[in-house]
Amino acid sequence: MFQNLPIPFLILSFLTILSSLYVVTSKNPVHSVLALIFTFFTISAHYVLLNAQFLAVVNLIVYAGAIMVLFLFVLMLLNLSKETEPVKSNWWGIAAAITAGSMLLIVTAAFQVTGEAVAKNPVEGIGLVKALGKVLFTRFVVPFELTGILFLAAMVGAVLLGKREKNNAVLIPKEEGGNS
Amino acid sequence: MNLLSIFNQVEISHYIYLSTVLFSIGLFGVLFRRNAIILLMCIELMLNAVNLLFTAFSTYMGDADGQIFVFFIMVVAAAEAAVGLAILVLVYRNTRKTDVSFLDQLKG
Amino acid sequence: MLTLMIFLPLIGFLINGLVGRFLPKNVSGWLGTAAVLGSFILAVMNFNALTAEAGQLESIHQKLFTFLHVGSLHVDFAFQFDRLSAVMTLIITGIGTLIHMYSIAYMHEDDGLYKFFAYLNLFIFNMLVLVLGSNYMMLFFGWEGVGLCSYLLIGFWYKNVDFGKAARKAFVMNRIGDLGLLLGLFLIYSTYGTFEYQDLFSRVFTGTDASSNVNTAIALLLFIGAMGKSAQIPLYTWLPDAMAGPTPVSALIHAATMVTAGIYLVIRSEAIYALSPFANEIVMWIGLSTSILAALIGLKQNDIKKVLAYSTVSQLGLMFIALGCGAYTAALFHVITHAFFKALLFLGSGSVIHGMHHEQDIRQMGGLRKKMPITYLTFLIGTLAITGFPFLSGFFSKDEILMSAFAHNKLVFGLALMSAGITGFYMFRMFFVTFHGTYRNHHHAYEKVHESPLLMTLPLLVLAVLSVIGGAVNLPHYLGEGISGGLHHLLSFDGGGQFSPILIYPEHAIELSHTAEIALLAMAVSVFVIAFLYTRNKYVVKGSVPEADADQQGMGKVLANKFYVDEAYDMAFVAPLESASDVITEYVDEKALKSAVDGVGTGGYGLSKLLSKIQNGNIEYYLLYMVIGISLLLAFNLF
Repeated sequence: MFQNLPIPFLILSFLTILSSLYVVTSKNPVHSVLALIFTFFTISAHYVLLNAQFLAVVNLIVYAGAIMVLFLFVLMLLNLSKETEPVKSNWWGIAAAITAGSMLLIVTAAFQVTGEAVAKNPVEGIGLVKALGKVLFTRFVVPFELTGILFLAAMVGAVLLGKREKNNAVLIPKEEGGNS
Repeated sequence: MNLLSIFNQVEISHYIYLSTVLFSIGLFGVLFRRNAIILLMCIELMLNAVNLLFTAFSTYMGDADGQIFVFFIMVVAAAEAAVGLAILVLVYRNTRKTDVSFLDQLKG
Repeated sequence: MLTLMIFLPLIGFLINGLVGRFLPKNVSGWLGTAAVLGSFILAVMNFNALTAEAGQLESIHQKLFTFLHVGSLHVDFAFQFDRLSAVMTLIITGIGTLIHMYSIAYMHEDDGLYKFFAYLNLFIFNMLVLVLGSNYMMLFFGWEGVGLCSYLLIGFWYKNVDFGKAARKAFVMNRIGDLGLLLGLFLIYSTYGTFEYQDLFSRVFTGTDASSNVNTAIALLLFIGAMGKSAQIPLYTWLPDAMAGPTPVSALIHAATMVTAGIYLVIRSEAIYALSPFANEIVMWIGLSTSILAALIGLKQNDIKKVLAYSTVSQLGLMFIALGCGAYTAALFHVITHAFFKALLFLGSGSVIHGMHHEQDIRQMGGLRKKMPITYLTFLIGTLAITGFPFLSGFFSKDEILMSAFAHNKLVFGLALMSAGITGFYMFRMFFVTFHGTYRNHHHAYEKVHESPLLMTLPLLVLAVLSVIGGAVNLPHYLGEGISGGLHHLLSFDGGGQFSPILIYPEHAIELSHTAEIALLAMAVSVFVIAFLYTRNKYVVKGSVPEADADQQGMGKVLANKFYVDEAYDMAFVAPLESASDVITEYVDEKALKSAVDGVGTGGYGLSKLLSKIQNGNIEYYLLYMVIGISLLLAFNLF
């Protein structure tokens, strides 16, 4: 099953799965974050393999660069670097493993049915900025603007939540906060 | 552009397996871990698995739409991470804990 | 003019009903009276227009608007003022005016006077719609309307539970009859396809649309309606109970007008009845048995109004005998004269009750002759008229019925004569016990008994005069061809139209020799004389007093208890229904339905208690459930 595959793909996939497993199982949250960043790097490499160069770069910048750094910040801020998490019982582990495993089986089976129908029709250069930009600003221009609004809303929400509470009124937004 | 002529050697089904495995690992983490930050990270992992699958399909079918969707998912993930972490900080500030099993106030 | 005539009482009803409570009693009373009086004047004018010497009219027809138009069913809200309607209208509005006037004085103490007049006016309106409608749907409209007003007025003193029950009884009994009428109307429509009198009767007359069986069925169903309204066996028991209403109501609705609606219905449907000899026989025998039964019961009643009520039932029976014999003119004639003298008698009894401070038991009366001279005199005239004193109105009309019965069937004649004879016994019994002898009431001093005010005696006098001369409407032909048979000519008038007369078929000409007629008259008069002498001897000369109901023996007890008909109905219909509903209440409702309903509640409660355990508020569990759910969904999609 694996012998015909190119070596780079095998190595990358192996590293991806291994690091993601470490994310899940690591006792130390900081290690988890670092492993996740590594996972994102391998996924970016997969993007390069898949001729999605622009996506690979964006993935590194947004995920590994921005989001994961945010996670790290929060971890440091809350001083959770040392392990404080109570260990769950074995029962939970088994239940979670069975559920996730059955999900894996079912989704795989589902793709077995549908995946064969995918035709191989590679087109040169769709992963480049020029091609993606053309699609993004023509057909998807309305969703694109909507995501802008979503971002704004998320930003306002985050700022609002993060404000130090006064008189327990933390969840009641001020007028200018709600409108900006 | 084609650094490795990967189409001739890797089938789409391999990418499907890979991303499904990644997704299930993330799912397992969501179910198994109790630290809310790890939970959020696992969700990011699951989203990335989906992103990978989107990109794979996009490339194999020669259609850029899949990659556009990856952008959108990234946007949503970023927004989710920002708001989620803000909530987490707030919760921690009030309870000194990030343990989700402690948060059972949703009971009606 | 026709429309105004009909709607004047409705206007009176609206004014009294809406703002009556703000008006002084006299104003609302006179307002109601004026509305009916105006209606009466218009009726006279219309009648003159109808029968003017030059160019007599068959009918005045007026369509207001389309009442119903559904598919092939087309019903107009239209009025038809023909000779039959004219006679009925004159009775209704004429006597109605007198009774309204009387009520002003009779009801002056009652706080609900405006309501009383509103109901009376509404009744007059509905009655006019009943007799003036140009189709059976209009008739039905009025028919239901008068039933409602009857209910409202019987139960006018609703604070008395028994009166309320009497009203309910009247309503329910009438509903049974109404169902028959309604079925009859459906059958008419499905057979002839129209409700309009003119179209319908010409179709019945010319057409072979229907077999005689269908006509018989229609006639019998209509007669069931008439049974309810006109209080015939087996639906008569409501009428005596209806005496719970104020006395003017008894006079107007339950003696003079509404109860004759059944007679009107049969006369109006003459075209159908004429085609069905069988239905006629049924009508006749029912009328006959009702007449005798009611007369017998009347013999032993001690309530002054109850006697009159049974007398009314008996007289209505006589009218149905006439209808069954095909003597429609005689029946209508008796309707007219009966309206005069029975209204007179009821108003007279009301005057007595008024003077006696609401005492209705004749055993408590006696010797009122001197205290209430006008009432005494007019009551005497009424009694003589109803018992058939020669040359008073009742004499002519009753004799005409008896003669037509004689021509039809000798046995029927004998029984009808017997019924008419019994009338004499109970009427004179009541009359003598009330007005002669000595005063027997211990609660009220004799001195306090007083004659009624002029407002009450005036209608009595007018009605007394009418009771005397009412026979002139339709004098028998042995008194001379020129002056006789006025009503008959009126009804059989043929203006040359397609089927203009009310009575399409020629009535049986009563072919009796003069000697036979004289013999019959002699028999009738002798029955009257025997009744008069017997009762006078018993109650005036011997001065005996009727026994109380509880003291009655043997047959008298049976009569005093009205043949136990009410009790029989209770046993046959009411008791089984009640016990059935008891059973259903206990087993079906209490046990089956209640436990089923409760079971839904407890089941839901238990289930939700079970389910609420799942909802423990812990996000981890929720996540697990969610993932399992998604897996199951996908799995189901897969296979």
